[in-house]
Amino acid sequence: MIPKSIKWRLQIWYGLILVAVLAGFGFTAYQLERGRMLRKVDDGLTMRLSLITGALHPPHHRPGFGPPPLDRPPEGPPVGVEPKNEPLPPPNQFKLSAWAEHFFGTNDGQNFYYVIWSRYGDEIARGGNEPTHVTAMKTSGPVNVLTLDNFREIRSAFPLGEQITVGRSLAPELKELRLAALRLTAVGAAILLFGLAGGWWLVGRAIRPIKDISATAVKISAGDLSQRINVAEAESELGRLATVLNSTFARLEAAFAQQQQFTSDAAHELRTPVSVMLTQTQTALNRERSGAEYRETLEACQRASQRMRKLIESLLELARLDAGQETLKRLRFNLSPMANDCVEIVRPLADGRGVKILSELAPLEITGDSGRLAQVVTNLLTNAIQYNREGGEVRVKLESQGDLVVLTVSDTGRGIPAEDLPRVFERFYRGDKSRTVANGNAGLGLAISKAIVEAHGGTIGVSSRPDVGTTFTVRLPT
Amino acid sequence: MRILIVEDEPDLLRSLAQALREEGYAVDTAADGEDGFYKAESSDYDAIVLDVMLPKLDGWEILKRLRKIKKTPVLMLTARDQSRDRVRGLDTGADDYMVKPFDLPELFARLRALIRRSANKTTNVIDIGEVTINTAARNVTRGGAAVELTAREYALAEFLALHRGEVVTRTQLYEHLFDENDSTLSNLLDVHVSNIRKKLGAEFITTRRGHGYCIEEK
Repeated sequence: MIPKSIKWRLQIWYGLILVAVLAGFGFTAYQLERGRMLRKVDDGLTMRLSLITGALHPPHHRPGFGPPPLDRPPEGPPVGVEPKNEPLPPPNQFKLSAWAEHFFGTNDGQNFYYVIWSRYGDEIARGGNEPTHVTAMKTSGPVNVLTLDNFREIRSAFPLGEQITVGRSLAPELKELRLAALRLTAVGAAILLFGLAGGWWLVGRAIRPIKDISATAVKISAGDLSQRINVAEAESELGRLATVLNSTFARLEAAFAQQQQFTSDAAHELRTPVSVMLTQTQTALNRERSGAEYRETLEACQRASQRMRKLIESLLELARLDAGQETLKRLRFNLSPMANDCVEIVRPLADGRGVKILSELAPLEITGDSGRLAQVVTNLLTNAIQYNREGGEVRVKLESQGDLVVLTVSDTGRGIPAEDLPRVFERFYRGDKSRTVANGNAGLGLAISKAIVEAHGGTIGVSSRPDVGTTFTVRLPT
Repeated sequence: MRILIVEDEPDLLRSLAQALREEGYAVDTAADGEDGFYKAESSDYDAIVLDVMLPKLDGWEILKRLRKIKKTPVLMLTARDQSRDRVRGLDTGADDYMVKPFDLPELFARLRALIRRSANKTTNVIDIGEVTINTAARNVTRGGAAVELTAREYALAEFLALHRGEVVTRTQLYEHLFDENDSTLSNLLDVHVSNIRKKLGAEFITTRRGHGYCIEEK
């Protein structure tokens, strides 16, 4: 079963790699040690082989050679390098010198032995701590070194068929090797333990930021959008991730706050008409009324309902524009007659307030939804009239600037304070803070206009000078 | 009892005023903040129903200015129902707080409670000898039997009962029983007092010549 936790998985991989490295290292060390030991043994065997070879063909048989000095072992010739053609002494007559005998047997604790065979396979001599398993000559080649069970042997054959085997028990070396292997294993295990502990610590350290991130994310998903990840190392990979997540969380929070504000504003806008209807009906129903009184109550209720209907329509329209569901027509049309129609629509309102409308409309064509854009123009004109002074002026101008069509609507009203200017396109934003009941505006008109203009790929802006007037500018691509 | 309503939504203002008049209150109205504050500071109302969002002067500002000169009980009406708005309203000196839309019976009950508290009474029932006035049900009994009073007579009896032991001047009575639209005939008060004496006993209301009227502390 593979654990799901990254920490455990990392730890397992880390442990496996560490075990592999340690095993490889330990095996190599063991092999090197074994090779070293065998070479040492082989050196001893070679030396002894030459001793025996020397005894079989004593140097004094050859002129020019003195007896080997007693104070140092003779430096034997390379194994089998000098095969002799002289006949060997007959069986049982072979005798090693006492000095040479010293190198065999158990007295120096090295368990060397030798066996010599004649060319006919008869045993000529054997000596030392010879194990019984060496029974017959075996080799066909001149020299070979081999390991038999716990024994290391060198066999040397002479061209005429004589054969010498020099061997030695490997028991002490094997014991030592086993000890070395144990030591290596113990050291390896200790390193593995330390490594795993260190790895655990390192992995824990490395994934701590992930834990922080996940803890913060849990709090956020539980509803506390104000939580942020504590970014300690902004430059590390996880630090960058945390920074990105934090900015995502911030945007999420802002979107939620905006949504909440919108909902609460919408509810707030509905409260007043509902209060009117409740109070009107409860008062009317308190006792028997005359027909005229009922009529008055019903009229008030109707006004309240109309106001709610208007609000709901605006809200739905905004929601559709937000969702991009509002399919805009894409038709080529002339803006000038459309704007002129809008002016005619609002003229009675302007006349009622003694406001003059001055229009200067160049015939310009654009592609878009004429109904929607007419809504924008009417809304801007209505605002310009309503927020104008009595007997003021509204100027509406349509002109071309490069590849843009620019519509400006200016009034001569009180103007909008500079601190309110950035907020006029916000939903439910109203300059004078109180409900201007007279026109029943919910503060959605400019928000809707902005959404429509932006859906056409255009921009809408505002500039204002206190007590001089306000100008709204709509720029649309042709 | 005389009440001022400050509310900028005309339909709401009209029906509130009508409903409260039918409850027996004398009602003055104001449609914007400036008018509201002017009326609130120039007359002694028993309670003020104050909308928060008003043109010219908002409800908070009226309350702040009014609290420097008067202790008139104020019930705030608002479309905001977040608790920080309620806290702000109560901290600024509002005595009660109602969120739109509201039920009229609840508004009446809260107004009664406000007026009662400002007169240092804790219950709706005032016992004066064998006469009992129930300010919630707006009825009067004498020796256990119900007594029919006109709205004005009841308002006069209730006002005097709430200020029991105090001498209430004729001016005070005019101020609290008649609203700005009543033509205050000077002998109207005497007519009401004599009618109440007929119904509740001659000694129910004492006349302090040159001062006013009083329901004696027993």
